[in-house]
Order: sequence, then C-alpha cells, then structure tokens
Amino acid sequence: MAFLEIKDLEVYYGAINALKGISFDVEQGEIIALIGANGAGKTTSLHTISGLIPAKHGSVKFNGKELTKTPAHKIVSMGMAHVPEGRRVFAQLSVLENLTLGAYTRKDKNEINESLEHVYERFPRLKERRTQAAGTLSGGEQQMLAIGRALMSKPSIVLMDEPSMGLSPLYVNEIFDIIQEINKSGTTVLLVEQNAKKALSIANRAYVLETGKITLSGDAHELMDNDEVKKAYLGE
Amino acid sequence: MSFISNLLNGISLGSIYALIALGYTMVYGIAKMLNFAHGDIIMVGGYAAFITMAANWCPLWLSMVITVAVCTVLGVVIEKVAYRPLRSSPPLAVLITAIGVSYLLQNIALLTQTANPKTFTSIAAGAPPFLQVFSGKGAVFFKANPYQDEGLKPVLTVSMETFLAIVVSVIIMIALTLFINKTKAGRAMMACSEDRGAAQLMGINVNATISLTFAIGSALAAVAAVLMCSAYPQISPYTGSMPGIKAFVAAVFGGIGSIPGAMIGGVLLGVIEILSKFYISSQLSDAIVFMVLIVMLIVRPTGIMGKKISEKV
Repeated sequence: MAFLEIKDLEVYYGAINALKGISFDVEQGEIIALIGANGAGKTTSLHTISGLIPAKHGSVKFNGKELTKTPAHKIVSMGMAHVPEGRRVFAQLSVLENLTLGAYTRKDKNEINESLEHVYERFPRLKERRTQAAGTLSGGEQQMLAIGRALMSKPSIVLMDEPSMGLSPLYVNEIFDIIQEINKSGTTVLLVEQNAKKALSIANRAYVLETGKITLSGDAHELMDNDEVKKAYLGE
Repeated sequence: MSFISNLLNGISLGSIYALIALGYTMVYGIAKMLNFAHGDIIMVGGYAAFITMAANWCPLWLSMVITVAVCTVLGVVIEKVAYRPLRSSPPLAVLITAIGVSYLLQNIALLTQTANPKTFTSIAAGAPPFLQVFSGKGAVFFKANPYQDEGLKPVLTVSMETFLAIVVSVIIMIALTLFINKTKAGRAMMACSEDRGAAQLMGINVNATISLTFAIGSALAAVAAVLMCSAYPQISPYTGSMPGIKAFVAAVFGGIGSIPGAMIGGVLLGVIEILSKFYISSQLSDAIVFMVLIVMLIVRPTGIMGKKISEKV
C-alpha cells in the first residue's frame, strides 16, 4: 500500500463538480508534483486531502488510515502538514507566534524548541525577524514562514500549494531549493504548482490535472519531454 | 465634586458595558457573527442571581457561581443548537437566528417570571460606601458616615457598587488579556479570528475554540448582570436588551473584533452616557449615546482600535 493513496476522489462545490474521480498515490520519500492550469482542481485536491473540504466520493488513505472522515484538525497530528496557497500566515501575530502555532498539536516543550532551532537554521531570516508581525514580512519571507510553520508539526508529508506564486525569480529558486532540502531530510512532498517547469525539475513523478481529471502521469523527467505537456504547460 | 462623582459613576457603568462588549467583540472576532442574544444572556444571569440570592440555602458566593455557570452553559448550548448548524450559511441567516434566540429568551422569561419588574437586592447591600469625602475632614473609606451625629454630609460619595463594578471589571480585563496573549487556547482564538482555515491546518479544533469563546463571553455577561442589577436594582425580562444594544455600540465604537477596543469603547460610552445625563438632558442621554456611534461610523468606520481593512491585491 502506498504512503498516501487517493482513490476515485470526487468533490463538488454546490452543483459544480470540481474533482471527477481522481486517483493517485505518493510513496514515502518522494516529491510528487500535481500540475495543471487554473481551475483544474489542484488546490481542491489538497484541501480535500487535509480535510478542509468534504469529499463526496472516494477515499484518501494516509499510512493506511482513512482521512475523508477525519476532521481537519486531527489530520495534523497524524503527520501531515499543509502549506496553503497564498501562504496564509497569521498577519497580526509575530513570526515566533506563527511558528509556535505550527506546533500546536505537540506537547513536549524541548522537542518543540528543537524543531524551532531547526527552522531558524533553515531560515535565518525568520530568526532575525521573530518578534516582527508576520504581516510586515515580504512575500518570500512569508512563504518561508508558512513552510517553517508547517515543519513545526514535524510532518512526515508536506502538502505544498503554489509555493512559488507571486515571488520574484530569486525567491522562486530559493523556495525550490528548500523544498528539495526538506525532502532530502526525509519528508515526503506533494507539490502543487503552476510553474510546471520548476516543479517537474525537482519531482520524482508527476500527475497532470485537467478540469478535475488526471490526464497524464509518469516520471517527471519523461513528462518534461512529453509533447503535450511541453505545449500546454511548459510554453515550448 | 459632582463632576468627579459623575465621572466615577460613568466609569463604573462603562466597565459593565465593557464586560458585555467583550462578549460581543470576541464572538464577532472568532465566530464572525453578531450574537444579538448576548444581552438576553445578561437578563437570564440577572434572574439566576435574583432567584438564588432569594433562596435561604444559598450563600452569596454560591449564588454567584451558579449565575456564572448558568450563563456559560446557556451560551455554549445556544451556539451549539442555534448557530453551529448555520456555520456555512450566509451571515444574514445567522443574524436573524440570533434575533430569534433573543426573543425566545425574553419570552421564556416572560412566561416563567412574568412581566413585572422585580427588585434586585444588591450584592453589596448593607455594606458602607466605598468612599466618602467630607469638606474640611478628608476622606473616609469603607465606613459609615462617622460625622452623622454632627449632621455633616459627605460632599462626594462613591458607593460600594460603583467601586465593585470598576475593580471587578479591571481584574477580569487583565485576566482576559493575559489569557488571550499567554495561553495556548488564547493564541488558538487569535489564530481562528484571523484565518479559520489556516487555524485548522495547525491542528486547532475550530468548533471547540468557538465554544470556548461563547463560554467566556457568557461568563462575562453573568458578571456584568450581577454588577448591573446591583447598581440599578431592578430586573425584568427586558433588562438585558438596552445594555446589550449599548454594549454592541461600545464594541463598534472601540472597533468590533478588538478586545482592547471593547474595553475602551465600553468605558467611554458609560462616561458619555452619565455625563450627558447630568449636564445635557436625562431624557436625551440614550439618543446622545447612539448619536456618538453614528458620528464615529462617519468619521472612523473601523472604530477606535479597529483594524485597517486592507484590500488584497
């Protein structure tokens, strides 16, 4: 059984069928990319996996446990963290408060402090600005905070929704380097991206979503050479 | 001296408004709804205190505990039964439900307690005034008039009720501020008020956090009920509606959603009300209070401590 297994997942927004029965799986240690155009259902997939939106049909199995009936706040402590689209840091709270909220489900103070040190090591800028309100950070710094906050729950898998959106090219490269580092340290990554070229360059495998259905899947490097993908998503 | 006395009475009444406004503003900040039944929780608290204080078996402290417990449970139950099923409905549906709950509580009180106002015995009944100032003799604290025999009357009297309302409110506000800023549950409340979805992704149970908010807001309403009924010793099924609306005005005045805003707004409103009652017109004081709100909404729609509404690009 796969680490994270999505089967025949169907999601509706009212009458709109946003996901029309998608299936895919993620193995431990992989970086999996979900690519596709606006409105293809990428964010919906992630929201359904982490329990923010109910599924109409199908199943999401994580470590053998069914997630579709589990409330969102319980999924975090099972080892899944979600870096939402648009970062969604708590703007009024300080950087440090944001990070401690990331460890909300954890009890051991020493372990939490250890994780905090790790996050500060990875993102020295967050340490410099720890007392600053998160809303005053730049977009790239907020993205780092959102990622750091997710890592504070010590996840075995991180879902990342458009981490490069709205960032300058310099930050985009930095964020993708960070994603690779996080993966190398043993965390599985499910990555949703519009920047297909970048996503495919770091992913092991990828799935292409089109209006709520998976139309293509396979090895990320092979997909990069696929003519359809080239034409539709890589702009070549 | 009469100005100082009026000012203190205003601060005292304002502290009570602030306690009620805190309930409004916290619920608004976290559940994103206006709980118009909040004023009627005060009324229920008033009756709970009235009934238990009249009972022989019940000492005053137990009566206070019961009052707070009744309001807390009532607030949580109302949220669960009436508001939670509408969590994803349009705000208007929730607002109308809240008004419905308000009428429901009033009518239950009418049925069980009748429309006749009852005389509330102050919790400080029989206690000497907190402060009396005599010209030429100085101030006397916590004592009955020692110059009674000489026929000397105090030029300034601060009643025990006035004093209690201010002290109790200040203690509660400090405790609440510490709770919000220093505890895990408090930070969860802040997170929920900013972004409910992101809060869930942190592992915060949003439903439990909203329940906690209603519990705290209603407990504050219970305290406000006892303080208010002690200062204005009467209770009827409509006791809660006017203070409820004024506290709502105070919350908007201070910036709805902001906790320090509710405190400042409440105290200011109380002072404005009492001063305008004394210096302008006692009939017009309510009108002046609401006019202040209108002016505020024109000049600074977000309130004194209101957050700037920034538009997302």
